[in-house]
Amino acid sequence: MASDKLQIALYWGAACGGCDVAVLDTDAFILDVAAAADIRLWPIAVDGKYADVEAMEDGELDLTLFNGAVRNSENEHIAKLLRAKSKLLVAFGSCAHLGGIPGLANLTSREEILTAAYLANPSLERGNKTVPLAESGANGRTLTIPSFYRRVYKLDDIVPVDYYVPGCPPAFDQVKAVVQAVVGGDLPAVGSVVGASDKALCDDCTRVKSEKRIKHFYRPWQIMMDPEACLLEQGILCAGPATRSGCGARCTSSGIPCRGCYGPLPDVVDQGAKLLSAIVSVIDSQDPEEIERIVDGLPDFAGFAYRFSMPASLLQMSVRQ
Amino acid sequence: MSRKISIDPITRLEGHGKIEIFLDDDGAVEDCYFQIPELRGFERFVVGRPIEELPRLVTRICGVCPASHHMASAKAVDGCFGGEVAPLAVKLRRMYYNAHYIHSHIAHFYALAAPDFVLGPDADPAIRNVLGVVAKVGLEIGGAVIASRSKAQEIQRIIGGRSTQDIWCIPGGVAKGLKPEELEEIRPMVADLYEFTQFSLQLFRDIVLANPTYLDIIANGPYTLDVHNMGLVDENNAPDFYDGQVRVVDFEGTELHRYEARDYADYVAEHVEPWTYLKFPYLKQRGWKGFKEGIDSSIYCATPLARLNVADRMATPKAQEAFEEMFATIGGHPSRLLLAQHWARLVEMVQNAETLQLYCDDPEITGDQFRVIPQRVTGEGIGIVEAMRGTLTHHYTCDADAICTSANLIVGTTNNNAPIQMVTRKVAETLIQPGTDPDQGILNMIEMAFRAFDPCYSCATHSMPGEMPLRVSVRRGGEVTHEFRRGC
Repeated sequence: MASDKLQIALYWGAACGGCDVAVLDTDAFILDVAAAADIRLWPIAVDGKYADVEAMEDGELDLTLFNGAVRNSENEHIAKLLRAKSKLLVAFGSCAHLGGIPGLANLTSREEILTAAYLANPSLERGNKTVPLAESGANGRTLTIPSFYRRVYKLDDIVPVDYYVPGCPPAFDQVKAVVQAVVGGDLPAVGSVVGASDKALCDDCTRVKSEKRIKHFYRPWQIMMDPEACLLEQGILCAGPATRSGCGARCTSSGIPCRGCYGPLPDVVDQGAKLLSAIVSVIDSQDPEEIERIVDGLPDFAGFAYRFSMPASLLQMSVRQ
Repeated sequence: MSRKISIDPITRLEGHGKIEIFLDDDGAVEDCYFQIPELRGFERFVVGRPIEELPRLVTRICGVCPASHHMASAKAVDGCFGGEVAPLAVKLRRMYYNAHYIHSHIAHFYALAAPDFVLGPDADPAIRNVLGVVAKVGLEIGGAVIASRSKAQEIQRIIGGRSTQDIWCIPGGVAKGLKPEELEEIRPMVADLYEFTQFSLQLFRDIVLANPTYLDIIANGPYTLDVHNMGLVDENNAPDFYDGQVRVVDFEGTELHRYEARDYADYVAEHVEPWTYLKFPYLKQRGWKGFKEGIDSSIYCATPLARLNVADRMATPKAQEAFEEMFATIGGHPSRLLLAQHWARLVEMVQNAETLQLYCDDPEITGDQFRVIPQRVTGEGIGIVEAMRGTLTHHYTCDADAICTSANLIVGTTNNNAPIQMVTRKVAETLIQPGTDPDQGILNMIEMAFRAFDPCYSCATHSMPGEMPLRVSVRRGGEVTHEFRRGC
């Protein structure tokens, strides 16, 4: 396709569509993008399909925003295809960046997932033994569906990625900033996180902070939270100290603790380990027994600390507690 | 020689899907499979998580309609703590959900459905999308659509802090109340949205009802199924999107079931086929009878039209007028005309806008008693709401420490998996005639079959243009003899 316009694609792997809604939530800005660019592939919104992408020259796309994790063989195939066709491949949103919430599946197993969905729940047809198969027969036909992998991968486990836009979903003003940076050629070093801050969420959170000395952790349902004070100081687990800012502190300002969707701070390899050290440092005790009692108030620490980043963690998968 | 027609991939639905159509030696449709290739495993990986975290985990099932999962989950979690919820929180949740409904229905009607009716089912595929709609109806209307959807999103942001990937519901209530100044910010937006629902109904009259060709497609096309209807109703048998009883009515109007959410597993069961990851719910007491229509069928729809079919009336006056006009026009209540879904969405939008207005005028809505602290863990909860795309069920259990021990989900579109399977086949059988090759023109007609359901495979794709790019390959003995493309 001969055009002076920017050639762009947006695609979803194992995703929920929230990243696409974040793009739509830029409202009239999307019309500006459509004016400045040819959107060659965007399954939720415009025409274009795999066959078109396959027919492209390598590097024909200037930019691909890829959201979603890699969960099955189709996700992997399209990720590789788009990598080959794109000058810039951006991991867009938490799932492509770090694995996201679908990445929590790495705390369980493929077999357990299939069992929960098809073999053991209260509304299954009685006696069901059928589980979907990558290849099956029906009335003498062969039917295929993508194979469901043993674990979830983030995008750069599969293909090299040029930039990362964090967030679940990315805040819509950040979406605008990223697109404008690409259009203006104003991009940082390859491999950078863009559309976010280099500071911790706590720097943007307007809650009043004082000394953090925790004697007891509470779960959000157990207490009335003070609307003004730091949630962590109230004993509510909050991922703010170990999470990159840029979201506008939209959860903490609504009375809900951070769960880390914008990912680790710069130069931090493992978001959960950083979070663990941040939490331990605020426990107000030197007594091992008391510390143990305090920590007992923290159920499912892995599911909290790696809420959006299990596939990106040092553990990557299959922690048995 | 037998042939296979593959439509792969289909797009403009959330996630991925493909259709395989097998033809016999004469070229008549012999088999048809609508396959869903996705699975993410939420039912398993929420196990072990603190139960109060689930409402903010399951939103990632669907980022287009996350509030539906958030609300069903919140209600299931409330149940795990004995079920007590602050009355003000119920009002606020309902108000929030009304705004979410309007956002979703605007997006689907204008971006997905309108191109087929504003531009025509056989319009040039290159323009049969929302941009083509804007070009035809004008930037003024296009701008009003964008602005209205944006207002519906903004109302959610003001009430609950976010509009996508909701966080706001916690056991016993919500995390923040509505301040008086926030209410005043919302009020004019609600007034605008109500006006927009009336504008949309008029647009439907002017463009669809005034066009005999479109009316003929709706009334006489192959888009009908003799299957039953499911939806939530209130005590007056009016649609209730957030709560109520599940009512099942057959296609002749006879009530088959009326049950509480907690009893769902007595009435609905799910059949599994090996060739798709998506299960097939059916009416349990009738048993799985296959993809069969008829008065004895165990298949049901859970859609906007199904909700109006199970309802005796609407809950608000202007919506009631729209309800009466619709059923009088399409030949009575209940209706089997699946393309009337699009009109039904507009009728539902009116009820949501009128209800929002009532909440704006509720003197208690800015109160501060928006939470109660749960006193005990009771261990099990079932929450049902009407997602935009169908009855949505979340069923959880937890241990004494309120850690999730099991989760079962029956998602809106999943209810419609069998009907979509059946109507896709029916349209293919009707339009693909022996001895002729299917041309480009049939493709949009096949699309229109499942588009009426606004399908949401792992969530919904009701966000932008309507024309779906398709490729149909006709094979003889494994060799592609014809290939038709549209939009690609």
